[in-house]
Amino acid sequence: MSSVATLHGADVHTGHDDAHHGHHHETFISKYVFSQDHKMIAKQFLVTGIIWAIIGGMFSVIFRLQLGYPDATFPILEDFFGHWAKGGRIEPEFYYALVTMHGTILVFFVLTAGLSGTFANFLIPLQVGARDMASPMLNMLSYWFFFTASIVMFSSLFVQTGPASGGWTIYPPLSALGDASSGSKIGMDLWLVSMALFIVSSLLGGLNYISTILNLRTKGMSMTRLPLTVWSLFFTAVLGVLSFPVLLSGAILLLFDRNMGTSFFLSDIVINGKILPNEGGSAILFQHLFWFLGHPEVYIILLPAMGMSSEIISVNSRKPIFGYMAMVGSLFAIAILAFLVWAHHMFVTGLNPFLGSVFVLLTLLIAVPSAIKVFNWLTTLWRGSIRFTPGMLFAIGFVSLFISGGLTGIFLGNSGLDLHLHDTYFVIAHFHIVMGVASFFGMFAGVYHWYPKMFGRYLNNTMAYIHFWVTIIGAYLIFWPMHYEGLAGMPRRYYDYSNWQSFKQFGGLNEFISFVAMIVFATQLLFVFNFFYSMFKGRKVTSSNPWGANTLEWTTPINPGHGNWPGEIPEVYRGAYDYAKDGREFTPQNTPLGENESGDHH
Amino acid sequence: MMNTVVMEQRKKIHPHKFTLWVGIAGILMMFAGLTSAFIVKRNQADWKPFVLPLTFWYSTAAIVLSSLTLFLAGRAYKAREMMRYRGLMTATIILGVLFILLQVVAFMQLYAIGEKLQSSVSISFLYVIVLLHGAHVIGGIIALIVLYAKAFNLKTKIYNSVPVEVTSTYWHFVDVLWIYLLLFLVMIN
Repeated sequence: MSSVATLHGADVHTGHDDAHHGHHHETFISKYVFSQDHKMIAKQFLVTGIIWAIIGGMFSVIFRLQLGYPDATFPILEDFFGHWAKGGRIEPEFYYALVTMHGTILVFFVLTAGLSGTFANFLIPLQVGARDMASPMLNMLSYWFFFTASIVMFSSLFVQTGPASGGWTIYPPLSALGDASSGSKIGMDLWLVSMALFIVSSLLGGLNYISTILNLRTKGMSMTRLPLTVWSLFFTAVLGVLSFPVLLSGAILLLFDRNMGTSFFLSDIVINGKILPNEGGSAILFQHLFWFLGHPEVYIILLPAMGMSSEIISVNSRKPIFGYMAMVGSLFAIAILAFLVWAHHMFVTGLNPFLGSVFVLLTLLIAVPSAIKVFNWLTTLWRGSIRFTPGMLFAIGFVSLFISGGLTGIFLGNSGLDLHLHDTYFVIAHFHIVMGVASFFGMFAGVYHWYPKMFGRYLNNTMAYIHFWVTIIGAYLIFWPMHYEGLAGMPRRYYDYSNWQSFKQFGGLNEFISFVAMIVFATQLLFVFNFFYSMFKGRKVTSSNPWGANTLEWTTPINPGHGNWPGEIPEVYRGAYDYAKDGREFTPQNTPLGENESGDHH
Repeated sequence: MMNTVVMEQRKKIHPHKFTLWVGIAGILMMFAGLTSAFIVKRNQADWKPFVLPLTFWYSTAAIVLSSLTLFLAGRAYKAREMMRYRGLMTATIILGVLFILLQVVAFMQLYAIGEKLQSSVSISFLYVIVLLHGAHVIGGIIALIVLYAKAFNLKTKIYNSVPVEVTSTYWHFVDVLWIYLLLFLVMIN
């Protein structure tokens, strides 16, 4: 058996200042490009994610221009987009391409790969006390599959008929028939190829995260001593491994329908006055396959943000996380329920009402673990000695957004109410707050908190505070009004609302939303500037544990090399949340138990 | 190799084996998605049942036999009887290839009686499911060939059984998966 693991203790180079005198075996290519070091792969995911976030955010600004100023023309758009924005006003087809790509990019490329790709890679080995992932090779492949998927998706933006434009959910028959719209031609094929590569990337990553967490924990690191970040990334990976393959099978069937003339999702269709031969398929079947991934996907996006916020809130409140086991249990409950609620996206598809009521019940059950989490975050903050670092502000902002967005989920989860609210701006407001912006806040919190560990420097605080306040106020100003629009019945995905008497009243409101969206987007660019500027010019980190945190990543040198710890991997004697205990402000996990100290208590 | 960061953690199961099991869970979910879709379609009004060609049963015999030879090969490897190991590996690979060929023959028979990919949704499902399973078997054959090539490398002095064990677990998995799919197609159809 394999019990003899070779230890290259001497090979693992020590934590000296990296770039200039790295390990002599390492070349530029092996260190920065085809790196197998989980920390470098994490940075690759992060930087790729940031680039995608700029593109995806930019798209939303462009289509918000159309929504906010439907009658105005912006000649500069024509300079950039040519015939897609003739006369300075974007074409309807281009509008649909923009919203589709905005959704695809942000859901998959930023908040899945950019978020859990970054932090699972960076934090799992460091926090469980491992030298690297279970398979550094698969980990590297995971990034390069993601990179290839990115290139394919990016190239689809430049094909003549435009990128996919049938919505990020790619419902057939629109997505299955090339003649249905210009975005359903080559753009849709590229979308499917890109997503297939993306799924492979996410599976390779997920396999690694799971086996690293379960197999490579350091001595003493029992599962109940794991930081909540690791727990959340674990459940995220489980969700990904079990749900992405189902999307893959749906996508494969769709590919056959598109290119091989099968009829899995097609039946009785007339297009351009021609009756298609396809018979016997069901478009609803695709929705089932899609949302079986699609709903776990929103938790794949949300759970890492929850885990990081838990960790950051505890560290910066200088208090143990309230109810550690309840936090783990609620993550588990959410992960289970995530697989049992997919049909709440399909209440208006003619779903059997009895089945619908079961899905209502299961959907509303999610409120229980969610409420436990919120309660525990608030009680962790309660009477803490709070340090309002930028990371902490974003973590608290996450809690705020999670509450606001979660409450509207109770409305949408009721099938009766959903009849009215389905496909309105109420839905847009709900999922942007609870999933989109909230997860972005978790990501920002993570970046601000672990930036010193990633780059050995701090981000600029002034820019960080401006970033936080503008983003949180802006996010509420953008999405709060959308609830009212949705309640009034304003449907989503329309190109121009000014033709409807009932939505004319929202003209001014839409203009306001678009205006704020531009300001918020500009502020994100400030963050991007801060990110890259501080990498080279930021204040240097001088102590190995700048936040006074307990977790193992802070026991590594300031700039850890490949292998993370120059000497032995530290042994763990306690849980991750011994703050303000026994008269000590914090007690790192590798501190042995004192004489009169009892062991784990949660 | 550079960057060989090897872990000194205690482990109960080799990480590569564990990773494979998680991967198997993922593959299972993919086929669960397909077979659930099949059941959903099956219960709709215009379902046209199909007759499975007998060849699928011959191919089943081939892959079950290959699992057996691979199992024996693994035992031979652990006993360091390299000659027997090579022989059994040869048999396994031949049986694996035979399985793929028989699947192709079955498709050709279906095609000959007019059951084309586009004929009906039920037959489309049959094609796609068998095709995707075949892709996984081909992946297994590639892994077997890599192992096989290593068996002829005379420089190898270290008998690390992990790659052999990982590959055979995967191979047994695609075998069992095929049996499940065949029974599923026979019974649900």
